Amino acid sequence: MSEVLLEARDLTKTYGGGGLLSRRRRARPALDHVSVSVSRGETLGLVGESGCGKSTLGRTLLRLHEPDSGEVFFEGRDIIALSAGDMRRLRPEMQMVFQDSYAALNPKRRIGALLAEPMRVHRRRAGAAWTPAEIAERIDELLDLVGLNRTHLQRYAHEMSGGQRQRVNIARALMLSPKLIVADEPVSALDVSIQAQVVNLLVDLQQRLGLTYVFVSHDLGVVRQIADRVAVMYGGVIVELGDTDTVLHRPAHPYTAALLDAVLDPHLPFRRRASAPPVVTGADSDIGCRYAGRCANVAPLCRQRRPELGGQDGRMVACHFPLA
Amino acid sequence: MMPLDATILSPSRLALRRLRRDPSALAAIAVLALVTLACLAAGLYARHVAHTDPFTSDVAAAITLHGQLTDIMQPNDNPLHLGLTPIGPTWSVQYLLGSDPQGRDVAARLLYGGRNSLLISASASLLCIAMAAVVGILAGYFGGFVDAALSRMMDIMWAIPVYLFAISLSIVTVAQDLHLGPITIASDNLILPIVIIAIVYVPYAARPIRGRVLSLRHAEFVTVARSLGVREARILLRDILPNVAPTLIVLAPLVMALAMLAESALSFLSIGVQAPAASWGTIINDGQGLIYTRPMVAIAPGLAIVVTVLALNVLGDSLRDALDAREGDR
Repeated sequence: MSEVLLEARDLTKTYGGGGLLSRRRRARPALDHVSVSVSRGETLGLVGESGCGKSTLGRTLLRLHEPDSGEVFFEGRDIIALSAGDMRRLRPEMQMVFQDSYAALNPKRRIGALLAEPMRVHRRRAGAAWTPAEIAERIDELLDLVGLNRTHLQRYAHEMSGGQRQRVNIARALMLSPKLIVADEPVSALDVSIQAQVVNLLVDLQQRLGLTYVFVSHDLGVVRQIADRVAVMYGGVIVELGDTDTVLHRPAHPYTAALLDAVLDPHLPFRRRASAPPVVTGADSDIGCRYAGRCANVAPLCRQRRPELGGQDGRMVACHFPLA
Repeated sequence: MMPLDATILSPSRLALRRLRRDPSALAAIAVLALVTLACLAAGLYARHVAHTDPFTSDVAAAITLHGQLTDIMQPNDNPLHLGLTPIGPTWSVQYLLGSDPQGRDVAARLLYGGRNSLLISASASLLCIAMAAVVGILAGYFGGFVDAALSRMMDIMWAIPVYLFAISLSIVTVAQDLHLGPITIASDNLILPIVIIAIVYVPYAARPIRGRVLSLRHAEFVTVARSLGVREARILLRDILPNVAPTLIVLAPLVMALAMLAESALSFLSIGVQAPAASWGTIINDGQGLIYTRPMVAIAPGLAIVVTVLALNVLGDSLRDALDAREGDR
């Protein structure tokens, strides 16, 4: 395995809760002691259902959310411990692409101004200030890379299609040549035909620029296309982590198997399988396995002891009775 | 979707275009323009049409009406002809709307008073919104302690009835000249009602601004800016401010309408614009004692207030429609 670019250790994040007047008595952690690492040049897919903590993990990896505890090492430096100023200077190295391509673009500014913003903000980073001509040159370069042209620069976000907007977001993220890109459901809001274009663009950019991706998605089909490794999250923990082929073809965790069952496969005749029971609020156990309340293979041990993430051969699973 | 034509319109140009197609907005703008122009022409009217000085009292004056010399102050109708009543509307060039108890031309004073009413309410509105923008943006964007402190302060101010608050402030400043270090502000300075009215309506305007900023703070483009390493000051200037601008623009005429009502109230109570200067509120006060015999003295400025405030409210609503419409395809 190649060099580790990003490593999260023991990340914990709880939303809400606390507060004297808070109505919620018990806050469920969005991240519960999550550890994961990403190697340079690879794509890690983060999958799971809504609310499993995959987006929170993605944002915490970039310190867009502050974790309650834990560390995130980027090239060996703990970014959680950095001062605000140091963090700001490190930001160009790591960028994010969001699901809602429209919400991610300031509606009051032209695309050209939005694309120039990263370089204007970090003008003095390299010592030599970038001239407007240099910025324009870089914008041209990136427009070319993501498949847009100069006529788009005068536009506003509302005058572009979803696919074009997502290309703008990708171009902006790449302006300062980052090493890491966290993409939070970048194609989920797009039409299927556009999805494929944007996924191909992302793969192409990765090969050309040697990027490292953390790709958050609930769509296993897209993740299978782009990810080298997959982390399956449930209830704020990673329940299975391993090579995409291994995890998605021979799932070891019952939850991964249930997720795969939920995908309609056009090559197989449709049949209703025995999938996981529906979500029951409060069903997730506090002591045993979080998934015990919904698991088809639940055993008494599952309700007593929490399984740890462990395993070998390019796959780790948090289950007392793995399927594979 | 992409526009079919090649012209690219900024969000503000689009809003302007929507406004131009809104008949009630155009009507409101026309009324406001007319009122403003008339008030600006007050000097011309007094000098060249009414031939009168609306700031000095002259109870002995007489004008030629229908070929007859007529006294401005006329004996009362009561059997003993005790006391004097100012002349009513003549519907001719001089004393068009009659005279006030001091023999001054009400029509000319109405125009001069309008100047003060418009000036005070417009300035108070701008000042109020500027202060409310600072409060609302800071509270909404930084949240936490800043928000709690500012919002509680606004709540406390808002708990005091607006007019009571304005009246108490005005009584203090009208009583004597204000000394702020080397600066002395005379008690009849128009700055005083402007500042007082602006202050009392800050909570009214700050609340919607804070609400807007609160939602903008979690907008993804703000998160993007943060992930790009943009400083807070630049985020406020480039991302937050342009996107709260529509809220500020919509609030401006609405606050101006409220300010105009407050100004009239203060002036009516003689703690706003000070004699011999006029405002629509002071003229209503002048007409108070003549309400049964010469109602026009109070009705004319009252109507002026109603028409202007109505136009401002209509304009505010139209602006809201023009600016809030979701731009483009979403």
